[in-house]
Amino acid sequence: MSPVLFELLLRSIWETVLMTGASGLISLVFGLPLGLALVATDRGGIAETLWINRILGAVINGFRSVPFIILLVALIPVTRLIVGTSIGTWAAIVPLSIAATPYYARIAEVSLREVDHGLIEAARAMGGNRWTIIREVLVPEALPGIVAGFTVTLVTLVGASAMAGAIGAGGLGDLAIRYGYQRFETSVMVAVVIVLIVLVCGIQWIGDRLVARLDHRG
Amino acid sequence: MTGAWLAEMGGPLLSGPPSRLRGTETETEMNQHVTAGLADPVEPTRRGDVVRLVDLKRRFGATAALDGVSLTVKKGEILGIIGRSGAGKSTLIRCLNGLERADSGEVFIEGREISRLGERELQPLRRRIGMVFQHFNLLSAKTVEDNVALPLKIEGRPRAERMARAAELLQLVGLSEKAKAYPASLSGGQKQRVGIARALAARPALLLSDEATSALDPETTRSILALLKDINSRLGLTILLITHEMEVIRSIADRVAVIDAGRIVEEGAVWQVFADPKSEITRSLLGGIRPQLPPEIASRLAAGEGAETILRIDVAGEAARRPLLSELSVSVPGAFRLVHGGIDHVQQQPVGTLFVAVPGADARHLAAVIAFLKNRGARVEVLGHVAGPV
Repeated sequence: MSPVLFELLLRSIWETVLMTGASGLISLVFGLPLGLALVATDRGGIAETLWINRILGAVINGFRSVPFIILLVALIPVTRLIVGTSIGTWAAIVPLSIAATPYYARIAEVSLREVDHGLIEAARAMGGNRWTIIREVLVPEALPGIVAGFTVTLVTLVGASAMAGAIGAGGLGDLAIRYGYQRFETSVMVAVVIVLIVLVCGIQWIGDRLVARLDHRG
Repeated sequence: MTGAWLAEMGGPLLSGPPSRLRGTETETEMNQHVTAGLADPVEPTRRGDVVRLVDLKRRFGATAALDGVSLTVKKGEILGIIGRSGAGKSTLIRCLNGLERADSGEVFIEGREISRLGERELQPLRRRIGMVFQHFNLLSAKTVEDNVALPLKIEGRPRAERMARAAELLQLVGLSEKAKAYPASLSGGQKQRVGIARALAARPALLLSDEATSALDPETTRSILALLKDINSRLGLTILLITHEMEVIRSIADRVAVIDAGRIVEEGAVWQVFADPKSEITRSLLGGIRPQLPPEIASRLAAGEGAETILRIDVAGEAARRPLLSELSVSVPGAFRLVHGGIDHVQQQPVGTLFVAVPGADARHLAAVIAFLKNRGARVEVLGHVAGPV
């Protein structure tokens, strides 16, 4: 591999890490409260409001049912509004975040729903309000699942970011298509695949370690 | 255990001047009581009543979980509520801290009516009512000491105070060395001790125990019950517990209320209910721990005449302290045999059930035996006759 290609590879790694990291963080910041809202407003939840629950569920399902490549194109006006351009790494972060947020909200919802209802009841019996229940019970008890779910989301984002090459976002997927596939540079293709494997394994390993440290359920 | 700690326990649940609402409620009740006179089954609020329930009703669809429950819990006593599963016990105990809302009726906690308070108004009140759960409900993500300190965190107390209090309580329940452990590493009995420590953290005036020992083995059950009894006698803490096991009632309760199909069918001092159960359900719940006629004898009982008559004799209290059978053999000469039974002690009171076989040829002899026993304060029931010796 030529030094030029090697430099391209390094830049692509950075772009992929940036896209995955930024959109992952945004999906965590918005997805977790959304997941909490889904659990809290559902039947028997701590803030049961079924109409809100239905609307939230429908919006999340709507976003989740659109294939990412279509979302990428459909969201171009929104991206332009937020980032100022519809081309490049930062522009890709907008559709990636919008796709990952409802995805992560559903994953967080599953973990939060698994928290034993008896624990919520115990917190209520102690005189705790909703905020106490969220802060002391729901989130800490679901934390291993919330972290494991975030790991899954990050890995999914690594894959999705490859598609963002379609709007000139760069990244490892883009490099593999343009050099490895279209210019028959097999070494680039192999290098990209190896880097992706290492990246995904690394994320999963860190996630698993973190979950093991957080999980005291015995 | 410090003196200050003791002094602070069991203080008034609500401080401050009585609200306008509270004044009105009490007045109305007193009027009702005066007009209804002796026929009124509802007692007026007394100074010592921590809990008073008036005609509490709650339906779930077609079934009535509570069908007009009226009950009082006096300060410092242990009231046990027993019933089969589905009798309405859980609904009842959950009405006391507003986790469950009754359809109608009133819940007075230290004189204040709470059944129509909003969730926000209930929160400070709940902080003064500790609750212990069947499945412990400890937070797995928190250490033992953080679990115990949680009610104080909810109250907004500073961390140093919370940890000091947690240490004090863990010492009380004998788990000081587990302060930094996570609940998953504890045994069932240890978890329940943590649950009890947590329930006591905010210095409650009332402790609710929801089947606290039902998930524990018999030996652990005994130690947990001993702990609850100890807390009750040392701190004067009022305890209301629900259970489906008569053994629990017998071990620690002062009074028992039997609930069936959402109604209190029987209520009284534990030893009196044990000695003289009035309802079928109470007898059935007592079945496991009171002497019963062995089935092989019961199956041979016939209504007509036989060689021997089997009597059931129930004695309790003073009557059971006397040499009943030796007096019987002196006063009414003639053979009789003790077939089965024994004397138990409930709340330091002897409670005995004896099954006696009396030769049945002479009806006058049998009548004399029964008359003598009744004269001595025993309850006698002729169960039937057996053809040959048993």
